[in-house]
Amino acid sequence: MIEKTLKGKPAYWIWLAFLGVFIAIGAACYIRQYLFGLALTGMSREVSWGLYISQFTFLVGVAAGGLMLVLPYYIHDYKAFGKLTILGEFLAIAAIIMCLMFIMADLGQPLRGLNMIIHPTPNSMLFWDMVVLLGYLSLNVLCGWVILTAERKEVAPPKWIYFFVYTSIPFAVSIHTVTAMLYCGLPGRHSWLSAIIAPRFLASAFAAGPSLIVLACLIMKRVAHFDAGKKALDKLSTIIMYAAIINTFFVILEFFVGYYSNVPGEIHTLQYLFFGLTEHGHTYNNLVPFMWMFVFLNFAGLGLFAYLKFKEGSDMLLGAACIMIFLALWIDKGLGFVLGGFVPTMLGEVVEYYPTANEVGITLGIWATGFFLVTVLYKIAVGVEHEIE
Amino acid sequence: MDNERRKFLKIAGISALAGIGAPAIAKLTSTAAIAAGTEGHAAGDAPHAEEAASGKQYGMVIDMRKFIERPELLDQAIAACALAHNIPEFPPDKKKSDIKWIWKTPFENAFTEESATHLSKTIEEAQFPVLCNHCAHPSCVRVCPTKATFKQKDNGIVAMDYHRCIGCRFCMAACPYGARSFNWEDPRPYVKTINPDFPTRMRGVVEKCNFCGERLALGLQPACVEACKGSGAMVFGDINDEKSEVRQVLAKEFTIQRKPSAGTKPSVFYIV
Ligand code: SF4
Ligand code: SF4
Ligand code: SF4
Repeated sequence: MIEKTLKGKPAYWIWLAFLGVFIAIGAACYIRQYLFGLALTGMSREVSWGLYISQFTFLVGVAAGGLMLVLPYYIHDYKAFGKLTILGEFLAIAAIIMCLMFIMADLGQPLRGLNMIIHPTPNSMLFWDMVVLLGYLSLNVLCGWVILTAERKEVAPPKWIYFFVYTSIPFAVSIHTVTAMLYCGLPGRHSWLSAIIAPRFLASAFAAGPSLIVLACLIMKRVAHFDAGKKALDKLSTIIMYAAIINTFFVILEFFVGYYSNVPGEIHTLQYLFFGLTEHGHTYNNLVPFMWMFVFLNFAGLGLFAYLKFKEGSDMLLGAACIMIFLALWIDKGLGFVLGGFVPTMLGEVVEYYPTANEVGITLGIWATGFFLVTVLYKIAVGVEHEIE
Repeated sequence: MDNERRKFLKIAGISALAGIGAPAIAKLTSTAAIAAGTEGHAAGDAPHAEEAASGKQYGMVIDMRKFIERPELLDQAIAACALAHNIPEFPPDKKKSDIKWIWKTPFENAFTEESATHLSKTIEEAQFPVLCNHCAHPSCVRVCPTKATFKQKDNGIVAMDYHRCIGCRFCMAACPYGARSFNWEDPRPYVKTINPDFPTRMRGVVEKCNFCGERLALGLQPACVEACKGSGAMVFGDINDEKSEVRQVLAKEFTIQRKPSAGTKPSVFYIV
């Protein structure tokens, strides 16, 4: 099936070349960082995790989002998703590979990464995160490949594969739950120390992942004659809408708990993220514009989805709504959640984090790698689809 | 040999003996030890009491009255630690890369949970020493995925294995006291005078105060404690040993700990 990636229209090659440029820049930046150390990033003693870990956290959600296709199809026998489950599985593969790349980029001693396996430590949530991420990755590779091969031969997939498909469902939930547990089990970091983090992560994941899949379907409809079907896209947009509403609800609850209880630790991070925190006469607010962008995109996206439920809209509008929700959730989780958690510091000071150009280069490089993988994998999936038609 | 040091060695000797005999004693008296250890709040503390009563736990009492009286003491202590442990000093434009084992901070930053409203002028202007608390229930150890940071069973010190650490910095996110530093770049060019008796670190690993484990092994006091010798500003010893000097001070003075709500049970106490 690999050969399908080698044939394509010029646009396909131009797109891959475009991503290739970013991948090359990212690789060069990483070599610099590898040779000099993480001092090339904007991270510090106070904000000890930055873009890498925040992207990792967001992408675990994108990977888990594929569940919203697998679960309706395999558990509820929702036939309209038949063509799409493979897209969910392939997206999960790309997203987890990106996650692993972000973790490697973040390690101070990447060559010692195997120490996590040589010295397994069950009391560390990072150990369990590694276990479930690798497990979920293998399950998706296995299920995606076996099912696609069967489809190509126009036979039913072998029975045994269903065991792995069903196993992948709790795994999808667990990858994001365990990722939330990295944060919500730490004493002293008030904004993370909240039992609502895992459900909130899942809600935003179930909106962000499917948004990306709808976008991919819309693009492939234009460039690859792949029609996901109106029924499937309608259902997906309903799922995105509900998930994004639940996420919004959870964010509002955090605001209520903070500002109504008036417990300083519960307020500080929200204050910093949305309004700016003043210390010794200086107001620190470098994330404020982003967070209001999140609020705007989130509600505008939701409004657009609601509109599309009542009125017949174009693909353009649906695409715009998906982009808005995806970006909103990226700001919420891929920036605000992780970076905001370090403010104020454990000593009650405010230290702001600004990523460096080198760090942004690596981050873009990994994102480009992810898009590259998704493109190639989707090319295979669509190629098989056309072959049997 | 001066008096302070002799006293310390004696204490160390006694605690070592106690250490050897400990398992047997603990077995014979374990129920009694729980009752004795909980001092009144029996039920709530019971799960931790057994641990608290057995084994050695090094700890420290910091007497702020002494440090306020003689502020230069703290500078000496910090310098002694830096010298003993090859701690780099980065130029101001590289502040981001700072490594801190023991450092100064105002009251409101050291004790974020205490009220800082209407502080007395002395306390408001005072600089408090802060360092790793060698917690009884350290969250840094709980989260480390490689056991590169661990609690030493024989003395309660939370130690680091610089050769195992992968630099994930999970422990930095987990320590409620900001006690840990990461080597964002090679620290060696910034170490003023290299002490050949202590390893320098490579980039990409985490480090922090080690309670001078290497000096204790030689029967010495921690470098910072020795730097304020004679003043009583820092008293070091086994806080699980009723006869130790620290325990005598603790029995006499009212002390506070940093962020008790984090549940880590710090072993560093402050007389304010
Ligand atoms: S103070 Fe921090 S680094 Fe030190 S033992 Fe406690 S949790 Fe760990
Ligand atoms: S940075 Fe090192 S010591 Fe800290 S948690 Fe990671 S491996 Fe453990
Ligand atoms: S106990 Fe030792 S390592 Fe810790 S601050 Fe004092 S001198 Fe430094």
